[in-house]
Amino acid sequence: MIEVHKLIKRFGLKTVLRGIEFKVQPGEFVALLGPNGSGKTTFLHILATLSKPSIGEIRIAGFQLPSQASSVRQQLGVVTHQPLLYGDLTAEENLLFYGRMYAIPDIGNRIAEVLGMIGLFARRRDLVRTFSRGMQQRLAIGRAVLHNPDVMLFDEPYTGLDQDASTMLDDVLQTVASHGRTVVMTSHDLARAEDLATRFDILSRGVITASIHREELGQDNLLSFYRQALTE
Amino acid sequence: MQPQPLALKVLNIASAVLLAIATGMVFFYAQLAESGPAQRIFYFHVANAWVGMLGFLAAAVASVAYLRTHDIKWDVVELAAIEISLVFFFIAIMLGSIWAKAEWNTWWRWEDNRLVTAAIMEMIYFAYMLLRQGIEDSDRRARFSAVYALVGSLSVPITFMSIRWANALFHPLVISTVSDAIKTPFLATSEMKLTFFFCLFTFSVIFINLIWHRIRLGNLEQKVEQLKLKVMQ
Amino acid sequence: MHSKKNSPVRNFFRAVGAIIWKDLSTEFRSRELLSAVLIFALLVILIFNFALELDVKTRTSVTSGVLWVTFAFAGTIGLNRSMAVEKDRGCLEGLLLAPVDRSAIYFGKAISNLAFMLIIEAIILPVYSLLYNTNLFNLGLIGVILLGSVGYVAVGTLLASMAVQTRTRDVLLPILLFPVVIPIMIAAVKASNGFLQGIAITELMPYINLLLVYDVIFIAVAFMVFDYVVEE
Repeated sequence: MIEVHKLIKRFGLKTVLRGIEFKVQPGEFVALLGPNGSGKTTFLHILATLSKPSIGEIRIAGFQLPSQASSVRQQLGVVTHQPLLYGDLTAEENLLFYGRMYAIPDIGNRIAEVLGMIGLFARRRDLVRTFSRGMQQRLAIGRAVLHNPDVMLFDEPYTGLDQDASTMLDDVLQTVASHGRTVVMTSHDLARAEDLATRFDILSRGVITASIHREELGQDNLLSFYRQALTE
Repeated sequence: MQPQPLALKVLNIASAVLLAIATGMVFFYAQLAESGPAQRIFYFHVANAWVGMLGFLAAAVASVAYLRTHDIKWDVVELAAIEISLVFFFIAIMLGSIWAKAEWNTWWRWEDNRLVTAAIMEMIYFAYMLLRQGIEDSDRRARFSAVYALVGSLSVPITFMSIRWANALFHPLVISTVSDAIKTPFLATSEMKLTFFFCLFTFSVIFINLIWHRIRLGNLEQKVEQLKLKVMQ
Repeated sequence: MHSKKNSPVRNFFRAVGAIIWKDLSTEFRSRELLSAVLIFALLVILIFNFALELDVKTRTSVTSGVLWVTFAFAGTIGLNRSMAVEKDRGCLEGLLLAPVDRSAIYFGKAISNLAFMLIIEAIILPVYSLLYNTNLFNLGLIGVILLGSVGYVAVGTLLASMAVQTRTRDVLLPILLFPVVIPIMIAAVKASNGFLQGIAITELMPYINLLLVYDVIFIAVAFMVFDYVVEE
């Protein structure tokens, strides 16, 4: 589903990603872990077509990036640090806007469906400005799922959420992931990642230093695996 | 740090020599004009403006080249060209103002299309510099600068035409400084014409000399940035 | 499912329409920006009144100038705000993620900026007419205002997209914009003045042509170059 080969990304004179090899099969849920500054956000931005690689080959859902970027976008759902929502529009209007941008058919029903899934149907007529961070995050996921993408990318979705909001987010993520979608999620929060993901990759200083499937972890604790990968 | 290539060293000397000769020609070879000694300003005024134009064109070309190739070398060239154009137009404007005071007893002439256009170009250059200052990421800075340089370059000819039309309808009797000046008593004798073209030639050489230096400086700056990043990492 | 409804062209126009709808809905709901810009414009006219000591005779020759200066300044506020909304919540990324050509974003924003500017102008004209007892309902004048605003907004949208991504933001836009829209100011003021004084349209053709040429060139350049301003 996702194939990344020899990805290098430079910003001016600084090299942030130094040759990444990354493959994801359809339906996998990959948690991308790593310390600050390792390049996780940059990597996700490139997968999301928001940024172009300096060197490297990337294929998502059979499309080549960056040349076929607009075709890929139809198949991508992205949630970043920022909610990407318009505060002065209602939840419904936000989804309506994105629905039009993605040319979604039968938009009215689809919006109702998504609002139900994220538990915001009751507040659909309220301005997003009045939502808590947790609610905005859920709506952001709703936005990302609206066009039924095959691939979902999450960049630190739990940032700034309290316990209740985090638990709700867990549920939403489970639902989202369960439809056979391919998911890549970056996270600081190892505990949450451990529950959701089927595979764990460690990104350190611009390269992927380790990768392990959930079954292989077995007795080991994810935390010790993580620490070990970083010291190597 | 690489030493200056031989060609550049030769150029340094050539520029200095040519400038000395040109100055000599302006004061001793070319005859005194009917309008008085102030006319001598004209030679350097036009030559400086000429260099300004060269820089402007170089910047326009470099901006397109950068947008197409994304090679940072073109960004260095673009910045060098604009800096040089900025300085030389400034000198030309100063000289033009002094000359206007001497000839027409006024420091500024709004009817002079080229003068006003040059002033607007200076504003665009300053805006360009401010734009660059406000961006830290070198890739974004190069992209935005190139875009603005392109937009600015396109607007200048249109600005010139619009000022010219606006003035023509309301100040029909005013001559523009240069093209008429070449034809009229400003360059009456062949010695004066020769001096004029020699000055243009001299300043063209100075232009190449300076932009070469400036580009070298720009490339060195790039290297320093790179080393800084290596040390930090 | 690739029915005719999903052709790239229809998607393009749908996206442009969605952006315009979003901007105008947001603005009409809060009307913050509209009121702020209007009050600003009225204050500018007020200041001119005292600064220029407008007796009846001088007033007629100066009207076009005052109007266009007002439009130019009020315009920058509108442009700044329009792009700042996208930048502040990261919404620009949301737009970039959509599977449409980048130029759709440019056209969407430019058209909504134009609509906004025209609304302001439509309010200022009658107000000025009232305050100074002059009749500004002149078809030629309205045409010039239209042409001039189109050019202003075409370049302004592009430059505002850049300015909003720099440190110096609000201050930078007028500095970048004004030197480059001088042809519009010259031609628009001369032509407006001409129409108000009843000068024959044939004599004003050079200015009108200038405005047309400017508009065409800069709309073309702006939309070709817009990609470089929003993509990494």
